[in-house]
Amino acid sequence: MTRWGMVFDTDRCTGCGACSVACHAENNIQTVGEVEAAKGRAMHWLRIERHYEGVFPDVKVRFMPVLCQQCANAPCEPVCPVYATYRTPEGLNAMVYSRCIGTRYCANNCPYTVRFFNWFAPEFSAPLERQLNPDVSVRPAGVMEKCTFCVQRIQDAQDIAQDEERDVRDGEIRTACSQSCPAQAIVFGDLDNPDSRVAQLARTERATHLLEELSTEPSVTYLRGVR
Amino acid sequence: MAGPAAGAHEEVLIRPVSTFRPKLFVGSLVTGLIMAVLFYSWGYQIVNDIGVAGINRPVFWGFYIVNFVFWIGISHAGTLISAILRVTQAEWRRPVTRCAEAITTFALMIGGLFPLIHLGRPWVFWYMVPIPTDRGLWPNFRSPLMWDIMAITTYLLGSILYLLLPMIPDFAILRDRMMRESPKSLRTLFFRVAALGWRGTPQQWYSLEAAIRAMAVVIIPVAVSVHTIVSWDFAMAIQPMWHSAIFGPYFVVGAIYSGVAVLMVAMYLLRRGLGIQEFLNDKVFNNLGLMFLAFALLWGYFTFAEHLTVWYGNEHAEIAVFDFRVTGGFAWLFWTMIVVNVVIPLLILPFPKGRKPLGTAIVGLGVLVGMWIERFLIVVGTLRFPRLDFTAGAYTPSWVEIGILVGSIGMFGFLYFTFLQLAPIVSLWEVREGAHIANRAGPAKRHALEPASEEA
Repeated sequence: MTRWGMVFDTDRCTGCGACSVACHAENNIQTVGEVEAAKGRAMHWLRIERHYEGVFPDVKVRFMPVLCQQCANAPCEPVCPVYATYRTPEGLNAMVYSRCIGTRYCANNCPYTVRFFNWFAPEFSAPLERQLNPDVSVRPAGVMEKCTFCVQRIQDAQDIAQDEERDVRDGEIRTACSQSCPAQAIVFGDLDNPDSRVAQLARTERATHLLEELSTEPSVTYLRGVR
Repeated sequence: MAGPAAGAHEEVLIRPVSTFRPKLFVGSLVTGLIMAVLFYSWGYQIVNDIGVAGINRPVFWGFYIVNFVFWIGISHAGTLISAILRVTQAEWRRPVTRCAEAITTFALMIGGLFPLIHLGRPWVFWYMVPIPTDRGLWPNFRSPLMWDIMAITTYLLGSILYLLLPMIPDFAILRDRMMRESPKSLRTLFFRVAALGWRGTPQQWYSLEAAIRAMAVVIIPVAVSVHTIVSWDFAMAIQPMWHSAIFGPYFVVGAIYSGVAVLMVAMYLLRRGLGIQEFLNDKVFNNLGLMFLAFALLWGYFTFAEHLTVWYGNEHAEIAVFDFRVTGGFAWLFWTMIVVNVVIPLLILPFPKGRKPLGTAIVGLGVLVGMWIERFLIVVGTLRFPRLDFTAGAYTPSWVEIGILVGSIGMFGFLYFTFLQLAPIVSLWEVREGAHIANRAGPAKRHALEPASEEA
C-alpha cells in the first residue's frame, strides 16, 4: 500500500515563504486582500510560523512550516455530517468540495488550524485569473478547503506510471512547496516504502510530530535537532 | 367561594381569543416588524455570502451557534417542565402548562433556524437529511451534528403534538360558544377546523388522556437528549475547555434554568397584560420559584466544578482559555454571568417574599442574559485560542449577526402574541377538571387541591 507523507527539515528552513507562494499558484488559492486578511481570513494552505528561542540578546528564530498534517486519526473527519472530508486508501485526508455544506465543524476540531473557509466567492484580480491551474477546481463561497498534498500531481504521476506499466518512482512526485524550496527542506514521498527518502528521514532521531500528544498520527514529520 | 371554573372567571381567558383585541394585534405588529430585521439580515447574508458575518479563522463559530444553543435551551422551559409536573400530578401545574409548552414550540422553531443561517448557503442543508437518492451518498451518523438533527426534529415534532393535543377540547369549547355568538365569522371557522370534530364522548376523553399521558412520559427523555447532544457538539471536539465529560448534564441543567427563567418572565407579562392573576397566582410563582432556585444552585455547582477542574489541571492549552475568561479580556462577561446567574438569584429566591411575580421575573431576565453570555463564553472563548497559539484570533460580530439576534427575539414575541389570539393561554378544560377534582374531594381537601385558590 501507499501512504503519502512529507518531511520538513526545520534546521534547513530559512523562512523565505517560497513554498507558500508556490502553493497559492499551484492550487488556485484566493488572495483575500488586506481588509479580509486583517479579519483573520487570509488563506495559506501552507504557512510559516515563527517562534523565538532564548533570551535577548542570545535569540534564535526558528521556522515551522504548518500545513494539513493528513492525520491517520484525523479529528476533522468524524465530525463532518456529510462525509465532505474523508480518508483515502492512500492516506490522504481528502476534501470533496461539492459535498461540503459549510458547517465549519472540521475547522473547529482541527488542532493545527489548517482549514480555510471561503467566506466570499474567490476573486482573482488581473492578471492572476490567467494563471489558474486547470487541474485544480476553484472553490465557491461557503466551502472549506485545505492542503491536498497536491493530489493533482499525485494523480498525474500515477496515470503516467500506469501507462508505462510500472510503479511510481520515489521522488517522481514533487509537491509545489517541495519543488520551490530553495533550501531543499521539504521531501515528499511514500511512507510505506521503507527505501523512499521520506521514510528514511522520518525514521531518523531528529524526527518529531506536531502535537503528538493528541494521537492524531500525522503524516507530516518535522526534523529538528541541530542547534 | 367560587372556583375559577365558574363561567365568569373563564371570560378573561376566552376574550382575547373570541374577540378582536387591538392591544394584542399591535403587539403582533410591532414584534413582527422586529422579526423582519431577522429576515432582512439573513437575506442580505444569502445575497452577499456568509463573509458579511464577523466569524473568521479561528473563530469559525460565532453568534449563530451561540443563539442556536440559547434558543434550544429556552425550549426546555415548557414541554419538559410541564411533562414533569404532569407525570408527578402536581395540581398547581394546570394554569401553567399551556403557556410553557407554547414557549417550547416557538423557541425550537427559532433555534432550528440558526443552523440554516449558520451554513450561509441554506439550500444545501438537505445534504444532511437521510434521503436515498441516486447520488448514492448518506449522511455521516458519526457526526454530532447529525445527532442534533435527529434529536431536535424529534423534539420539535413531539412538542408540537404535546402542545396541540390538550388544545383540542379547548378549541371545541370555543367552537361551541362562537357558533352561538357569531356562527359566520372567520374565527368560528378556525375553531371548527381546529377542534377536529371533538364531541367530548367518553371514548374521545379516554383516547386524549391516554395520548397526553404517553407524550408526557416520552417527551422527558427526548428533552434531556436534545441539550445533551447540543453540548456534545462541543464536548466531542478535542478543543480546550470543550472536551469535557461534564458538558452533557451541565448543558441540560443550564437549558432548564434558562427555560424556567423565560417562563417566569412570560408568566409575569401574561399576568399583567391579560389580567389573569386569578390563574397565574402567587402559589404558582412560589412553586416555580422554588424550582428556579434549585436550578440556580445546580447551575452554580456545575460551573464551579467545571472551572475548578480546568484550573487545577493547569494544562497549557486549557489554561489559556481559562485565564482569558476569568481574569482576561472576557472577565467582565464572566463575572457579569456569575452575578446574574448565581448571586442575584441566591439573594432573592430563597425568601418567600422574593418568590413573588415581580421578583422572579427580574431574576428571570437576569438569568436569560447570563445564560446567553455563558454560551458566548463557551463558543468564542475556546475558539479564540487554538492549540497552536500562533493562530490565536479575535471575534467582533457584524451588524448582520446582531440584527439576526435582535430579530430572533422579535420573532419569539410575534409567534407568542399571535398564539395569544388563537388559543386560550390557560387550558380551560384542565382548570375545570382541577376544580372538579377539588370539589369532589370535599371542603377539607379543597384548599390543598384547588389550582387557583387566591390567598384571601
